[in-house]
Amino acid sequence: MEWLGHFNYWIVVVLMMIGFYGVIARGNMVKKILALNVFQTSVFILFISAGKIIGGSTPILREGVSAYSNPLPHVLILTAIVVGVATVAVGLALAIRIREAYGSIEDDRIAAQEADEENRQSEPSR
Amino acid sequence: MRENGILRVIARFVIPLILLFGLYIQFHGEYSPGGGFQAGVVFAAGWILFVLIYGLDLGLKVIPERVMYVLTALGVLLYSLVGLAGVALGGHFLDFYPLLEDPHAAQQAGIILVEFGVGVTVASVMMLVFTLFARRRSWWDEVDAEADGEGR
Amino acid sequence: MFLVVVALAVIRVRDLFAATMLFAIYSLVSAALFTVLDAGDVALTEAAVGAGISTILVLAVLTLARRQEHPVPGHNLLALAVVLVTGAGLVYASMDLPEFGDPDNPVHGHVGSYYTEQTYADTGVPNMVAAVLASYRSIDTLGEAFVIFTAALGVFALLSVRPPARRSRARDGEEAP
Repeated sequence: MEWLGHFNYWIVVVLMMIGFYGVIARGNMVKKILALNVFQTSVFILFISAGKIIGGSTPILREGVSAYSNPLPHVLILTAIVVGVATVAVGLALAIRIREAYGSIEDDRIAAQEADEENRQSEPSR
Repeated sequence: MRENGILRVIARFVIPLILLFGLYIQFHGEYSPGGGFQAGVVFAAGWILFVLIYGLDLGLKVIPERVMYVLTALGVLLYSLVGLAGVALGGHFLDFYPLLEDPHAAQQAGIILVEFGVGVTVASVMMLVFTLFARRRSWWDEVDAEADGEGR
Repeated sequence: MFLVVVALAVIRVRDLFAATMLFAIYSLVSAALFTVLDAGDVALTEAAVGAGISTILVLAVLTLARRQEHPVPGHNLLALAVVLVTGAGLVYASMDLPEFGDPDNPVHGHVGSYYTEQTYADTGVPNMVAAVLASYRSIDTLGEAFVIFTAALGVFALLSVRPPARRSRARDGEEAP
C-alpha cells in the first residue's frame, strides 16, 4: 500500500507532461490551447485529490456524516476553472486575429512568412 | 440546422429545462452543489443551444448585445456594491454581518446577492464571447462583399 | 487510467475537430473523477465549462480556421527529452508528498478544519463550498469576477475591430473563393 498512496500524483504528473509536450511540440495554436487545458486539468486533479479524505464525504452538511473532505481546494479550483475558460476565450480570440493577419495559425508557417517579408524588405536596399 | 424537425422539437423541450436548471443551481446553491459560476455557465449554455438551432439573429433578439454589455458590468457592480454596503453600515469590506439583524440571515442574504452578481457576470460574459466569435465569420463575408463591390 | 489515454489521443489526433470532441470527453471523464473525489461543485463546473462552453468556443474558432493540423514531420525529440526529464523530476518530488486520503495531511490543518467545523455556526449555510466561496473568501471571488470581466473586455477589444479584406486571409492553402 505504501507505493499506491502516491498513484494520484503519478497520474497528475503524466497528464501534466502530456499537456506540456503538446504545448511545446505542436505548432497549431488551437492544439496548443487544448494542450494547455490538459495541463490545467492535471493541476485541478492534484488539488482536488489533496483535499480528499478517505471515508470522507462531499462538504455539504447533513445528518449522519462525520467526516467531510476539505472544502478549501474545491473553492480554489472552482474559480480556477472559470478563469481557465476566460483565458481560453482570450487565447482563441488572439488566434483568430493572428489567422487574419497571417492567413494561418501554424507556428512554422508564420515564421516562414515573417522571414519572407524580411528578405523582401532587405533586398531593394542593397 | 433550422429545418431539422427532430432538433427543433427536442430543443423546445430541453432549452426551458436547461434554463430552469440554471436558475435552480443559482438560487439553491447554499443547500446543494451549485452557485453563481455553474449557474451562469449552464444558463449561457442554454442560450447558446438556442442560437445553434434557431440562428444568431433570433438569439440576439431574445438578449440583445447591448443588454449583454450592461449585464456584464452590472454583475461585477452588484458584487462590489454589496461589499461597499457592508462598509457603509459599519463593517469591513464584504462583511455581511451588518446587513441584517440576524447573523445567519445576513450571511445568507449576502451570499445570495454575491452569487447572483457572479452568475449574471459569468452568463453574460459567456454569451458575449460566443456572440463575438460567431459573428466574425459573417463579418468576413461582409467585408469581402464590399471589397468585391469596390473592385468592379 | 482512462484519462491518460484520452489526453494522449487529444494531442496525437491531427484532425482538430476530432481533437475538440476528444477534449470534451476528457473533460467529462475528469468531471466524473471529481465526483468520486467528493467535489460535487467542481464536477458540475467542469462538466458545464470543459465539455460545454470550451468545446463550443473552440468549434466556433475552427469554423474560421483550417480544420486539419499542419503535419509535423517526425517526433520532436528535444521536446520529448525535456518533458521526460521534467516528469521524472516531478515523480521523484512526489515521493515527499503526503499519502493520498490521509486525514492527518497538512492540507487539512489550519483553516480547512475550521471551515468544516464552524461553517454552520457562522453562516447557517449547509453547502460549505458556497459559504467559503462567497463569505470567507469573498474578496478572492470578487477579484475573480473582475478577471472574467476583463477577459470579456479583452475578447471584445480583439474581435470588435473590422477584419481585413480576403486577400490576406486566403493564404492558408484553403480554397480561394
